[in-house]
Amino acid sequence: MEAHVERLEKVWAEPGGIVTFLTTVDHKKIGIRYLFTAFAFFIAAGLEALTMRAQLARPREDLVSPETFDQLFSLHGTTMIFLFVTPMLSGFGNYLVPLMIGARDMAFPRLNAFSYWVFLASGLFMYSSVPFGLAPNDGWFNYVPLSEKAFTPDHNIDFYALGLIFLTISTTAGAANFIVTILKLRAPGMSINRMPLFCWAVLTTSFAVVFALPSLTVANTMLELERKWGFHFFQSAHGGDPLLWQHLFWIFGHPDVYIIFLPAVGIVSSIVPVFSRRSIVAYEWVALATVLTGIVGFGVWVHHMFATGLPQISMTFFSAASFMIVIPSGIQIFAWIATVLSGRPVLKTPFLYVLGFIVVFVIGGLTGVMFAAVPFDQQTTDSYFVVAHFHYVLFGGAVFPILAGIHYWLPKMSGRMYNELAGQVSFWLVFVGFNLTFFPMHVSGLLGMPRRVYTYPDGLGWDAYNLLSTIGAFVLAAGILVIVLNVLWTLRRGAPAPADPWGGNTLEWSTSSPPQHFNFPVIPIVRSADPNWDVDDRRQDALRLERGELVLADGHQTLATTVLEGEADEELHMPSESIWPFVLALAFSVVFVGLLLDLHGLAIFGCVLVAGAIAGWHRPQRELQDQ
Amino acid sequence: MTSVAYARRVTEPTAEAAPRSASNGWWGMLILVATEATLFVVLLASYFYVRFKTSGGWPPEGIADPKLLRALVMTVILASSSVFVHVAESGIRRGRQRALVLGLAAAFLLGLVFLGLQTWETVVVARDFTPRTDAYGSLFFTITGAHSAHLVAGLLLVAWIQLRAWFGAYSARRHLGVQMAAIYWHFVVAVQLAIFVTLYLTPRL
Repeated sequence: MEAHVERLEKVWAEPGGIVTFLTTVDHKKIGIRYLFTAFAFFIAAGLEALTMRAQLARPREDLVSPETFDQLFSLHGTTMIFLFVTPMLSGFGNYLVPLMIGARDMAFPRLNAFSYWVFLASGLFMYSSVPFGLAPNDGWFNYVPLSEKAFTPDHNIDFYALGLIFLTISTTAGAANFIVTILKLRAPGMSINRMPLFCWAVLTTSFAVVFALPSLTVANTMLELERKWGFHFFQSAHGGDPLLWQHLFWIFGHPDVYIIFLPAVGIVSSIVPVFSRRSIVAYEWVALATVLTGIVGFGVWVHHMFATGLPQISMTFFSAASFMIVIPSGIQIFAWIATVLSGRPVLKTPFLYVLGFIVVFVIGGLTGVMFAAVPFDQQTTDSYFVVAHFHYVLFGGAVFPILAGIHYWLPKMSGRMYNELAGQVSFWLVFVGFNLTFFPMHVSGLLGMPRRVYTYPDGLGWDAYNLLSTIGAFVLAAGILVIVLNVLWTLRRGAPAPADPWGGNTLEWSTSSPPQHFNFPVIPIVRSADPNWDVDDRRQDALRLERGELVLADGHQTLATTVLEGEADEELHMPSESIWPFVLALAFSVVFVGLLLDLHGLAIFGCVLVAGAIAGWHRPQRELQDQ
Repeated sequence: MTSVAYARRVTEPTAEAAPRSASNGWWGMLILVATEATLFVVLLASYFYVRFKTSGGWPPEGIADPKLLRALVMTVILASSSVFVHVAESGIRRGRQRALVLGLAAAFLLGLVFLGLQTWETVVVARDFTPRTDAYGSLFFTITGAHSAHLVAGLLLVAWIQLRAWFGAYSARRHLGVQMAAIYWHFVVAVQLAIFVTLYLTPRL
């Protein structure tokens, strides 16, 4: 047994240092990078939000100028959606999916490294606008005609549009990687109906990315063609139509809500059974509801446009579709509640965040049902009621599960236990702070306060609610600060974590904490949807390790299985470290900087670099490559 | 192979030896094509959206109906290249290196001819209207331009596979690169068919 493990250690060892930093393809390192980088953007977006709340604390405040305020809310929304929540969940997916399905890496390890570098580069690209005072300033959905050259002549919108096109490369490559990994690399015996619900969520989300993001890319490309080369798509004076932007944006934008929400739901479905000490109720229904939400999410985009004067018939259709989406969400909520009620719940920090999620998300869901009714929507759209609603569904629906996931998987990732008391304190600060911030916004919205105003006169009855929101925002920030300090403390001082501190049901808990580079000394064989609770199967794994069966130690090897049944199919040789993903991301950065600054020569030079980097990446090598 | 044989015995005792499901690369290329195809669906949908929002004629006043002949010849040329890609792929599946090399070469040349004709077409059309004329012009040039960009990527890909084929990189057993290039090429051809129908035929309906 030792001999096998030693051999694996030798095969998978990385030299370390700066070279490994730039060349590693280890999905766990890449996953943790995603998490750290995305969290850094979360802190930035949080500081932007605090500045806005400080400005709105009382009437006629003049902490920031109206122009700065425009940039603050645009950057806050763009960051939260594109640079925090989506990549944060990619980070969890990267780290967890191979571990949960019993694989040793992602299907395309180098593409995975490339996705991260492009995410980092595009994030820095967008944020490089801040020091110049040129941050995006037309809101996160960037409606035309305001974002046309005539009305926003400076580079603000170019940072937004080109940055998002750049980021799309990362997100799409990541999604393709997740799909192939989940379809092909599951442990033998893990048929698709035994797959962890988190993987169902990631799979659905990835398909949604593949079909939703092109719409965003087309919209932003058209906008840049208009702004830089004088094309016409959105200008009615030249035969275009400004509503085309809204359609294209929301055809992407609403599926994106589920791209954000579903992986978060997957985290919840991972945590609920473990802390209820039983399998999840109605596994098949939850999996089906996940897929159904992803599909129906493509048919509801017009409910963002109920106030734009569309024909009654299309509004009725989209209103009905929006009501319909309640059904799969309801199935999931009831499955979780049934699991909690019929189990023996253990109230640790991750589970507290999950319970907080259920409460907050149900409130957000209720106001969501109200918006599906066209007349109500037309009265309250673009008011603070909308701001309250989408923070309840997005902060409640995505950030609470993310915070739960941070506490739940931190012992696995770091090998150390966090401080439970600090964890619980952070939960109550976040929960109280969140509700104090966003619940009053329902009221100020109904009282008529429009979103995105940089200040307001007194005497409108909004003062108290705004002050409460501002106080809440700072309480919430204190909660986040406690989490950051707790994580830092854990990394330095936390007690060593056992392999399976929670009694988890999925395969990541069968590895050491933190997992070895090759994840599993022996490829596990799975016979149920809760494989880590099948004690006998895991004992069989250990016996097979001693016999040297399914150890696969001749290079970076893992096992491919069939798509549906999960039957062992072939041994795969995975690619190892490479500098090319980093170089290719750098080459793309040159292209986008060239486009941004109208330096066409630089952009063309960048394209040549891109082609060169792709050729370098794929140049034939003597060793056997993954086919 | 002992380990895999062992796992097979556990999960499915009657399995045959060769891998049964499609490889990772095949899936990866399929997903790339799916997302790129969606891109063209969105572009063509935008074309129809603007068209149906336009009152009056289509193409708008002052722009003649698109000329069919050259576009038809181009489409036929590109469509025929798909046949040669298929010859190359099915050839290497039986280990025929000559079929692979010649098939890819023919497809590459036909693609190059198409690109030449497309450039000519663009120059001719630009005498009538440009992307800056109006939304119709913008959509026309954006859609054909996006297709040309994808064709260039396809030509580079086929050239690369061709180069590797000369060095004997592919065999009856191992030819994933050829399969992937073929999927991409067929996709580029299919997009041209959709473009021909949308941009050239439907204005005459």
